[in-house]
Amino acid sequence: MSITLNHISKSYKNVQALNDISFNVKAGELFGLIGPDGAGKTTLFRILTTLLTADSGSATVSNFDVVKDYKKIRNSVGYMPGKFSLYQDLTVEENLNFFATIFGTTIKENYDLIKDIYVQIEPFKNRRAGKLSGGMKQKLALCCALIHKPEVLFLDEPTTGVDPVSRKEFWDMLKRLQQTGITILVSTPYMDEAALCDRIAFIQNGSILEIDSPQEIVKHFSKTLYNIRAHNMYQLMESLSHYKHTFSAYPFGEYVHYSDNRMDMNPNELHMYLVSKGLNEIIIEVTQPTIEDTFMALAK
Amino acid sequence: MRLFLGFVKKEFYHILRDRRSLFILFGMPIIQILLFGFAITNEINHVNIAIFDHSKDVTTHEIINKISASSYFTINQLINNEKDIESVFKKGKIKAVLIFERDFNKKLITNKSPTVQIIADATDPNTANTISNYINAIIQTYVKEINKDVPVVYQINAQSHMVYNPELKSVFMFVPGVMTVILMLVSAMMTSISITREKELGTMEILLVSPLKPIQVIAGKVIPYVFLSVINAMVIIVLSIFIFKMPVQGSLILLGFESVLFIITALALGILISTISATQQTAMMISLMGLMLPVIILSGFIFPVGSMPLPLQIISNIIPAKWFIIILKAIMLKGVGIMYIWKETLILLAMTLFFIILSTKKYKIRLE
Repeated sequence: MSITLNHISKSYKNVQALNDISFNVKAGELFGLIGPDGAGKTTLFRILTTLLTADSGSATVSNFDVVKDYKKIRNSVGYMPGKFSLYQDLTVEENLNFFATIFGTTIKENYDLIKDIYVQIEPFKNRRAGKLSGGMKQKLALCCALIHKPEVLFLDEPTTGVDPVSRKEFWDMLKRLQQTGITILVSTPYMDEAALCDRIAFIQNGSILEIDSPQEIVKHFSKTLYNIRAHNMYQLMESLSHYKHTFSAYPFGEYVHYSDNRMDMNPNELHMYLVSKGLNEIIIEVTQPTIEDTFMALAK
Repeated sequence: MRLFLGFVKKEFYHILRDRRSLFILFGMPIIQILLFGFAITNEINHVNIAIFDHSKDVTTHEIINKISASSYFTINQLINNEKDIESVFKKGKIKAVLIFERDFNKKLITNKSPTVQIIADATDPNTANTISNYINAIIQTYVKEINKDVPVVYQINAQSHMVYNPELKSVFMFVPGVMTVILMLVSAMMTSISITREKELGTMEILLVSPLKPIQVIAGKVIPYVFLSVINAMVIIVLSIFIFKMPVQGSLILLGFESVLFIITALALGILISTISATQQTAMMISLMGLMLPVIILSGFIFPVGSMPLPLQIISNIIPAKWFIIILKAIMLKGVGIMYIWKETLILLAMTLFFIILSTKKYKIRLE
């Protein structure tokens, strides 16, 4: 096991940030921590990277205890905090050089590892890091976290505030890095990125809701899910939220995702209800739940 | 070691690329020393005075001539009316009025001791005092002159001789003080700001999750500033020697060592400040309020410690700047060697060790 957590709890003054968290990450796994802002993701990262100590419970990274062996962990992991944390007044190359140096290595030594990412920012290597675009900053930060060839890589919301194209490129890189045997723990508030992980953990209000692979986790959605649309989407949402059998209804792309609170629900009945509310061009069809639907249902 | 050098190199990049801190580092010392040297002075020069002469005779004329001949005073106005005295003071230009009583010469000849009244504007007490002393001195000299053929019985001559600063130049007093203030400010404020900046920008998080040891981070922060502060100290000394003709009687090497010691004291204080403040703003406020004011007021830089109330005198002992100013004055003006200032040096050394130990103890290896 590359990372283990046993009953980790942590609270700040009067906020319970983490509540009895336990899970394991296998060596070489790309593990995603999925949850909204304030769910406790950053606290969890900080405990694993030895920056904070838990109130109770124990955790190991690469078989080192996060409290007792914190120095060994600090030597062997790569950490990319959620906030951009490089030196803005240093150039791209100087930043990378600095992080290589303080980890006792050189850019040349581990160039293979960062090559794919670095070639994209190399044209700007003399530009100050503060003047880079969001996506570029994240790529540079990833390079800096990787430059010493860590065994475990911690990425705290690496794609927040990054454009969709750069996000996709970033995840492609993570997949390639995984091939080199690095264990990656990544957190994200984006559900579409969750599907790219080997396994994901849903986290909310400091508790783990469910852990499984993206393919399996949707099976935890026990109800039938419907796509519904009509000529007036706003009125449709209004009507559905007043329908007595509604279990959940929320906009999802061009549809409303609807689930019923009865096991034997008849779509025609709902259709008639919606017509009675003055809606037309109504479409009701069964659809497959996504990771996001599953999260919404579990978080309810 | 390579890790450490890499860190120091990065610190130099930070300093050299930040124009604002570069200005504080090198502009401020020069401006301050010039300001203190030229603008702040206790000497008087061409002070405007007015004369109210009731007798207008030979003697008063001679005295007035003597006064106007000195470069200290300019006779600006002659008053003929009692009421005018108040109005000239209210206008503010005249700082003193000299009143000769009626029949001045007659009284003098008949041995009745005539009086001259000096009315000085004491809104600035120091200047008023100096003016009155200078006028007194001029009149005394005149009296001696007219009495030189008359044998005087029972006379005491006080002969004052000013050592170490015979011309009583106030710049000699300010240079050690300014040097202390600048070294304290630059060293303590800049290090505390540069450490808290890492906390504020989140880079401290990455530095913590790296093989760098706390002592390497602290030393890496401090070394560039030791280097820059030494340059600063040299600039100040060179400026004061060449522009203000400040003598350095003692050994320059000893002066150098003592300065480095004080710089390290200030840096240790800066690190201590950074361990208790979370933002650059707080660090700056603590440095300014907590260091600048005591350094200026309680160190003996401007106000002599000996004339303060006892509680303040006791407090002044814990201010490193007080001891450094004593050392500086001793080396620069008195030219003494280490035998005379080992006690002060030892106190500074002890304070430095105390601050360093305290700040390494308080340095957080985690975020909490």
